[in-house]
Amino acid sequence: MQRFANPTRFMRMANAVLPWCAALTVVLIAAGLYLGLVRSPADYQQGETVRIMYVHVPSAWMALFIYASIAMASATALIWKHPLADLIARASAPVGAGFTLICLITGSLWGKPMWGTWWVWDARLTSVLILFFLYLGYIALNNAFDDPTRGARAAAVLALVGAVNLPIIKFSVDWWNTLHQPASLTRLDAPAIHSSMLWPLLAMAVGFTLFYVTVLIFRLRSEIVAAKIRNLRLVQIGG
Amino acid sequence: MTAALRQLVLRDLRLALRQGADAVMVVMFFVITVSLFPLGIGPELNVLARISAGVIWVTALLATMLSLDRIFQHDYEDGSLELMILAPVPLEAVVLAKVAAHWLVTGLPLIVAAPLLAVLMNMPAEGFATLLVAMLLGTPTSSLIGAVGAALTLGARRGGVLVSLLVLPLYVPLLIFGVAAVDGAITGLGVRPHLLILGAMLAAALPLATWAAAAALRQSQT
Repeated sequence: MQRFANPTRFMRMANAVLPWCAALTVVLIAAGLYLGLVRSPADYQQGETVRIMYVHVPSAWMALFIYASIAMASATALIWKHPLADLIARASAPVGAGFTLICLITGSLWGKPMWGTWWVWDARLTSVLILFFLYLGYIALNNAFDDPTRGARAAAVLALVGAVNLPIIKFSVDWWNTLHQPASLTRLDAPAIHSSMLWPLLAMAVGFTLFYVTVLIFRLRSEIVAAKIRNLRLVQIGG
Repeated sequence: MTAALRQLVLRDLRLALRQGADAVMVVMFFVITVSLFPLGIGPELNVLARISAGVIWVTALLATMLSLDRIFQHDYEDGSLELMILAPVPLEAVVLAKVAAHWLVTGLPLIVAAPLLAVLMNMPAEGFATLLVAMLLGTPTSSLIGAVGAALTLGARRGGVLVSLLVLPLYVPLLIFGVAAVDGAITGLGVRPHLLILGAMLAAALPLATWAAAAALRQSQT
């Protein structure tokens, strides 16, 4: 792990991966959209609105996945003082907040025709809304200090505290009687979804993950350059 | 170690009593804000009875949040926090002592004022005892979670607004189960599960929040 602590070496690797990631993101999301919107059948109960699922479900997964990544990167930064972990956590947060917002908006668009309301205060929706607030708090705390390393460490503690929310979101549909349906895919037996819908869903999920990686590399690049500029300025003032 | 911690709690209590106004102001905020609701919503007694538990809980959490800066801010400014971090007593224990003092100064007065406000809000009499027990379990948790937020925002720009952004999302479970307990008592649906969850949250917050607040305090001194 410490091998990648050198930003130059890390960025050389990341830049080599970047074009592949970007190309695969475009291919997979295009394929997922084509399969999902054109080729897959409409649901016998929900009709055409079921197609919202191909955006809603992957973005919900990404919202949780990115928060978990931030929490893990924060733990790495706090325990091993890994210099890149702070940057990864910091660069991930706006992407995660964006996916959470997409998840909430598509969910509400889906809820209107299916449940007859834009929003209900059930456990799943409320806990995802709290996740969105946690993202905003994390970003705000990260930017609240004049010294960026101080902000990064404070935000890392907050990310770990907020990680309590992740299992609550995941299991909210099992613990409480919610209007939101329980998980159809991550079950011990076969997934309760037909393969004609499963494939576009998986393509979109992998596509979204690669999109996150692509954006993360772009953001890391600018974070590293920003840190370099800051250090050069300090040297200039000091000398 | 217990002697040192007792001294710390007594010191904080003494400071709070001599400065006086702070603790009274938290309760005054609580009373005034709750009494705004009947004026804003209208004085229909059945409507007030329906929303009483929620209004009292929300306002109590807001009042706690407003008082959070008194936990560490003064010690941070005059440098005594630095000495507490250097002291041979574990910092987690120091955090626990300071949270206990904060709860005695702000949480306890809120609990004392709550029945009065419940009367003003026309809460049915069945809910009173549960409201008190739920607040007795819930306000220490809110002080503990708040201590994390207060420790994280030490030295931040616009710390006061920031702390609300950090702490209020974490208060949501307290609010949900605190109100559910009182509603359960009023409708006769049962109180025990909600109170047990409130107790579980206190039991989980005691070690986790003290640890997180201590970690945040350590990194505030750079």
